[in-house]
Amino acid sequence: MRPLRSLLAGVFAPAVIASSLLAAPAMAQDEQLPHENWSFRHLFGTFDQAALQRGFQVYANVCSNCHSMQYLHYRDLAGIGLTADQIKAVAAGVTVPQGTDDQGNPKDGPATPADQFKSPFANEKAARAANNGALPPDLSLIVNAREGGPDYVYGILTGFAQAPAGFKMQDGMNYNTVFPGHQIAMPQPLSDGSVDYADKTPNTLPQEAHDVVTFLSWAANPELVERKQIGVRVILFLVFMTGITYAVKRRLWANIEH
Amino acid sequence: MAGLHKSEFANPVVNWIDTRLPIFTMMQKEYAVFPTPKNFNYLWNFGALAVVTLTVMILTGIFLAMNYQPNTQLAFGSVQHIMRDVNYGWLIRYVHQNGASMFFIVTYIHIFRGLYYGSYKTPRELLWMMGVVILLLMMATAFMGYVLPWGQMSYWGATVITNLFSAFPIVGPKIVTLLWGGFSVDNPTLNRFFALHYLLPFVLVGVVFLHVAALHITGSNNPLGIDVKSPQDTVPFHPYYTAKDSIGICVFLAIWAAFVFFAPNVLGDPNNFIPANPLQTPADIVPEWYFLPYYAILRSVPNKLLGVCMMFGSLLVLFVLPWLDTSRVRSARFRPVYRWLIWVWVAAFVVLGYCGMHKPEGIYVVLSRLATIYYYLHFLVILPILGKLERPLPLPESISQPVLGRRGGGPLPGTAAAKPMEKA
Repeated sequence: MRPLRSLLAGVFAPAVIASSLLAAPAMAQDEQLPHENWSFRHLFGTFDQAALQRGFQVYANVCSNCHSMQYLHYRDLAGIGLTADQIKAVAAGVTVPQGTDDQGNPKDGPATPADQFKSPFANEKAARAANNGALPPDLSLIVNAREGGPDYVYGILTGFAQAPAGFKMQDGMNYNTVFPGHQIAMPQPLSDGSVDYADKTPNTLPQEAHDVVTFLSWAANPELVERKQIGVRVILFLVFMTGITYAVKRRLWANIEH
Repeated sequence: MAGLHKSEFANPVVNWIDTRLPIFTMMQKEYAVFPTPKNFNYLWNFGALAVVTLTVMILTGIFLAMNYQPNTQLAFGSVQHIMRDVNYGWLIRYVHQNGASMFFIVTYIHIFRGLYYGSYKTPRELLWMMGVVILLLMMATAFMGYVLPWGQMSYWGATVITNLFSAFPIVGPKIVTLLWGGFSVDNPTLNRFFALHYLLPFVLVGVVFLHVAALHITGSNNPLGIDVKSPQDTVPFHPYYTAKDSIGICVFLAIWAAFVFFAPNVLGDPNNFIPANPLQTPADIVPEWYFLPYYAILRSVPNKLLGVCMMFGSLLVLFVLPWLDTSRVRSARFRPVYRWLIWVWVAAFVVLGYCGMHKPEGIYVVLSRLATIYYYLHFLVILPILGKLERPLPLPESISQPVLGRRGGGPLPGTAAAKPMEKA
């Protein structure tokens, strides 16, 4: 037995050590990302409503010029704390196709809360033509669709910089410290003073980026707050039931030799 | 009236039905008074947990199917519609999505239980083989389910996995065309995957029924791996094991809920939040975590056909396991060498899973090859030989005996070397 055991230990210890060492560089990649303090991240975290509304303002004024959010409807904005009248007003400010008129001709009109967020371009080709061949991705799920989530999107928005000397840039591309390969087609979208906040919050770049990423995180996971609230109750219930069933089982088995 | 069953139920309605169709008698016999070894530990919860998971998966799946559109143009959007607009759609979908992972965790532990305590040995060979069929069906179902949201990983995963069949000579490309319903992964593929993803769980229910039926013929194995000798060794399934399974179910549901409510996407891939795009391959195509060990076996072999055969072979070898293991002692508790080697096999499986996450480069190739070799070596060489060479520890006389021996102070004659029961 003894030689066998040491043989096994000899085979496996190096394998385990090697694999833990190999895992290290994979984590190191994450270091470049900024670590923002997100209100919604921790176990019981919720969305900061003021940040959500400011973030929507940033999206509406800046991002929406190129990026669609096709899986959201104007009615969803109730989730960031807008009233029914405010939502109607937001929707009414947008012109969307509304089927056909009595003569069968296509007709446009103001959007209603039931409409999808209007996309800035009619189709992919139009979007590419207007953006130097690049397609601005839909932002409905962008926070979930990127490794690193909100930190990654925040990192992109705040990561624009001068390319280091000797770095070869392709035509029309921009240098970004966080983007894989460091060349991104999107020009720097936000800078200090890009939007004037209605609530007089200082409109610095980090503030704007933080707000819009909060908004995008909500857009990707609008159920997050309700989900966590239900989750707490469900898990408390199950822990309670575990206790009860354990007590029942103990009592039942008390007279069995096992 | 010769064929009528004599029912012993007092309730007249129950009695009337039971006389004509003795399902109440059957339930009473198979689930209430069914004699079950009294020394199960908590690893014996996992069969019940798997049944619970299958039930939840079918129920949530039916409600998802009511709102899902199996069409390449609509699928991704319909999933978003479920997540955002359907009442509690996010809850149903997250339960289903994480349920797939839970199902595999539970099933893998259930299989490990079988391996450790020799539950596949005579007379339970057929029971075990039906379990392997269940595993294969589960894998097919899970794979096709993952394709349905039609994200990038859905699409490219489907492309990679279906293309595996092209490795087979002559018939390979024809099989692939048949799977696709065309010449690439496209709408017909999505349609048939949806149809099969809805069908296979019910086939699974049928095989699970046979699995349980066979179990009720042979009776359960137990941590000592010895046969039941007398009624003293058993307790009625109800209430003793219904109570014990209930504890496991509560703990299991709590863990499942923790994923659903607090980390619903932690086991998923961010790429699947991007709609499928046939023109853009993701940097790294990785299957769901539960397929990673087999994916690593596939990629550890430089030849495609051989790799595919090794991957499928790693599952098919389980069918003949009852005949590969020549030891007549079931439980690893009494097999001093096997007891260690089964953990080496588990370690190899975990290493394979770890390698499956990474591109097959450098150390990962070496590690996955070593682990693949051990995976096969364990079943094909070690188990047949070990059964002949290993000297097992003396087995206890009966299930009750080590219990009485422990409580009664001092081992009984002839069992001096038997290990005392570990607390369940």
